[in-house]
Amino acid sequence: MENVTMEEQLVYDRPESMASVQTHYCPGCTHGVAHRLVAEVIDEMGIKDNMIGVASVGCSVFAYNYFDFDFVQAPHGRAPAMATGVKRVLPHRFVMTYQGDGDLASIGMGEIVAAAARGENITVIFLNNANYGMTGGQMAPTTLPGQKTSSSPGGRDVEVAGFPIRTAEMLATLDGAGYVVRRSLHDPKNIRMAKKSIRLAFETQKHGLGFSLVELLSTCPTNWGLTPVQALKWVEDAMIPYYPIGDYKVNPALKELKI
Amino acid sequence: MPPQGRIEVRDNYCKGCEICVDACPQGVLELAPERLNIKGYHPVELIEQGCTGCGICAIVCPEAALIVYREVKSRSQ
Repeated sequence: MENVTMEEQLVYDRPESMASVQTHYCPGCTHGVAHRLVAEVIDEMGIKDNMIGVASVGCSVFAYNYFDFDFVQAPHGRAPAMATGVKRVLPHRFVMTYQGDGDLASIGMGEIVAAAARGENITVIFLNNANYGMTGGQMAPTTLPGQKTSSSPGGRDVEVAGFPIRTAEMLATLDGAGYVVRRSLHDPKNIRMAKKSIRLAFETQKHGLGFSLVELLSTCPTNWGLTPVQALKWVEDAMIPYYPIGDYKVNPALKELKI
Repeated sequence: MPPQGRIEVRDNYCKGCEICVDACPQGVLELAPERLNIKGYHPVELIEQGCTGCGICAIVCPEAALIVYREVKSRSQ
């Protein structure tokens, strides 16, 4: 006779590529979610021993402490340049940069545009939280019109400070880019979509299809002055209308990949 | 009957942000009111039966602090 018994199955555990340390991020900061997704993808692809990460300046500066693989630290905004060097010297290693918007979209804008235009075969994880998180929430190039920050207390005035930059759309116009998408980290569905995109970005690199970038809309509860849950809602209500989620450039070869 | 599950919390990673409390479809998570972890946060815990092991708390957790288990049927002769 057949016996039916119940047994316990592990649904989720901390990925191996994440180091066993507490992060310095504020409670509810979605940097942690982005770290976790990157670590899960690296575990799934089995490329942990073949990875080299490039940390940027900003809240993400300590990324080298939180991932359990090789890391180097770049000067402010220069992570794509450093990643270019690493990838050209070690073409068989996977090279990733992990940058925030104050690093990538501000001081490092020249570097990222040049790296994408050259079609460097690197993967960039770009966290967009609409301000400079580490230094106290000043206005960044990605700050929304009218958004109050510590350096724009009356809200961003577009006549003085200009308009926010949509990085993913801009980089998608460059021929060297193979995979450029924007995703959000504000709810379970979008987090799952973000993970799939990070996987595809690494697949782009694996197959030598050029520059890949995943822009992740992220929260900064401390500097926005909101609770973590309110901050997720603000991403949905205020950021997504300005920064629409979408695929801006996908190399046709990626569509045929079976993952 | 809905599937049964449970979570384990790695207390020292939890920062009490309450994102999982808000996201839990069954509403069975709360911050422990009388317990603090090493960093001084109230860690999250299961407060009652009803966890289905769906894993949504682990998907939204920024600290990867949750381990999720689900009971599945196993047939043996």
